[in-house]
Amino acid sequence: MTPEYVEKIKALPEYHALVRERRLLASVLTGIMMLAYFGFILLVAFVPEFFSTVVWGSVITIGFPLGVGIILLAFVLTGIYVRKANQHFDVLTNTIRRAVE
Amino acid sequence: MSRRLIGASLLLPGLACAEDAGNPVSASSILMFLLFVGATLYITYWAAKRTSTAKSFYTANGGITGFQNGLAIAGDYMSAASFLGITALVYTRGYDGLIYAIGFLVGWPVIMFLMSERLRNLGRYTFADVAAYRFQQTPIRVFSAVAGIAIVLLYLIAQMVGAGALIQTLFGISFEGALLIVGVLIIAYVTFGGMLATTWVQIIKAVMLLSGASFMAAGVMWLSGFSFETLFQSAIDKHPKGVGIMTVGGLVSDPVSAISLGIALMFGTAGLPHILMRFFTVPDAKEARKSVFYATGFIGYFYILTFIIGMGAIAFILGNPAYFNADGSMRGGDNMPAVHLAHALGGDLFLGFISAVAFATILAVVAGLTLAGAASISHDLYANVINRHATDRQEVRVSRYATIALGLLAILLGIVFQHQNIAFMVGLAFTIAASATFPVLLLSMSWSGMTTRGAVWGGSLGLLVAVAMVVMSPAVWVQVMGFEQAIVPYSNPALFSVTVAFGSIWLFSVTDRSERAQAERRAYVAQFIRSQTGIGAEGASH
Repeated sequence: MTPEYVEKIKALPEYHALVRERRLLASVLTGIMMLAYFGFILLVAFVPEFFSTVVWGSVITIGFPLGVGIILLAFVLTGIYVRKANQHFDVLTNTIRRAVE
Repeated sequence: MSRRLIGASLLLPGLACAEDAGNPVSASSILMFLLFVGATLYITYWAAKRTSTAKSFYTANGGITGFQNGLAIAGDYMSAASFLGITALVYTRGYDGLIYAIGFLVGWPVIMFLMSERLRNLGRYTFADVAAYRFQQTPIRVFSAVAGIAIVLLYLIAQMVGAGALIQTLFGISFEGALLIVGVLIIAYVTFGGMLATTWVQIIKAVMLLSGASFMAAGVMWLSGFSFETLFQSAIDKHPKGVGIMTVGGLVSDPVSAISLGIALMFGTAGLPHILMRFFTVPDAKEARKSVFYATGFIGYFYILTFIIGMGAIAFILGNPAYFNADGSMRGGDNMPAVHLAHALGGDLFLGFISAVAFATILAVVAGLTLAGAASISHDLYANVINRHATDRQEVRVSRYATIALGLLAILLGIVFQHQNIAFMVGLAFTIAASATFPVLLLSMSWSGMTTRGAVWGGSLGLLVAVAMVVMSPAVWVQVMGFEQAIVPYSNPALFSVTVAFGSIWLFSVTDRSERAQAERRAYVAQFIRSQTGIGAEGASH
């Protein structure tokens, strides 16, 4: 990638939009995942008695919806990212490519 | 039969002898295993004709689709150890097993958001291509190869020892014989069929494992009238811990170890060389992120199944004398609840299927590890350090020799470590990945200020702290070396070693005032543009 090429791409508003929006989405989603998981781990470490709470019927404790919820959350967050990337980031990327190639 | 063998099993605690496995080798398991081997060898033959260049050997020519790669990643990641190990953990400890399983999943979104697209846009064959992109090649390549091979070998030893014991139990072959079969088959897959054959072995195995586990979970739910309430209630009634299996037990004891384990699992996944290598098999960034989406779905689904299977094992095999020795120990060893449940649910035929699945699982994981290790040797060390003018042909030849050498080494290490306590090894592999390869790789792509000196010092210190603290921890210092008291009280050091790695990468980078460091910082912007847009990236050749 030559310096002229770099300058040309840096001059494109689409490039800055792509970087900004992707960085924002990736940070927010990573943050949610880390918050959910480390929140869960801290609960396990510091408030283990919380997990004895029965939430459904007579035996199903809070830990089950919580655990399965984190697994589903991981899947849903990756889905949100892919959807946004397919619909939006790829459009910006293609505009950038067309502008410089 | 078991009474005769109590003496033998007492003499060899924890060892599975074929005769007291309680699962006589059935014709169906051998037949299904032979079918799998036949199919995979045919694929290898087909793939071999398409594997001649370095690009085809390492990346299957970048022609794998996102969906296929998602399955292959799942096949690479869901090991026999995690299938049998996590179901066994649920069986003995209940809810604690789910806590562990969640940890193995949460690294995937991180890979998606921070790594997958950029890796694909920047790399060619190995993660070191990305880590070394704008830096001095020799030091970064050597560091990446050392850390990568250490991770691969630790993982490989754990897989091989587990494989030997499992195959011995399921098929009645000797430990050494089992390792020989695994070693010879994976050498054949990887040497001749390269990444293309490895990928398809992983895909077939993932489909087999997911179907087998789905069938078992469905069987458990059917027997419980499709009610979790009924399933959990019958598990509570049978389990010695009673209602204790429904809540947090003592698996994660102190907060520091708990958080450290979380860090190691969450960020370690993003530093495993055999997983990272899979991102170079797809044509572009779009397929790379799709593969993580599918992989996360398959792996998450699988861990939910393992939990149901573990609870089902408590409810339906605990207390059934057919699966226990007279002294109360489980036939075939502590890792067998899933295998016995397969028999309880589907008889000999389904037991045969699950045994073949377990074997296939081992082969797929070991093949992926061996290929990643061979690529470190031939691409990072040989073609980028030792002989920079190597031709494509020479590089492929070296990678094939490296595969054979690693395959033989895996057999040898499996035999050497057969009677050692290796419980710490997979944890150590994840900790090294989180403390050495992950920080260097992440910052090389996202921090303009990093320099060669920062990367090599920071990554190496992370690696050293991780290894040193694990050696001094209870799992090695007390349980392996036999000392009275561990020097480091924590079961996992990732909280410290990952902090050391990031901190020292920063420190050794910002204090680097050399001419070269300035040039490396200036080179960031071009690398960043390529990582974001894919302009200039290695595309697929078709």
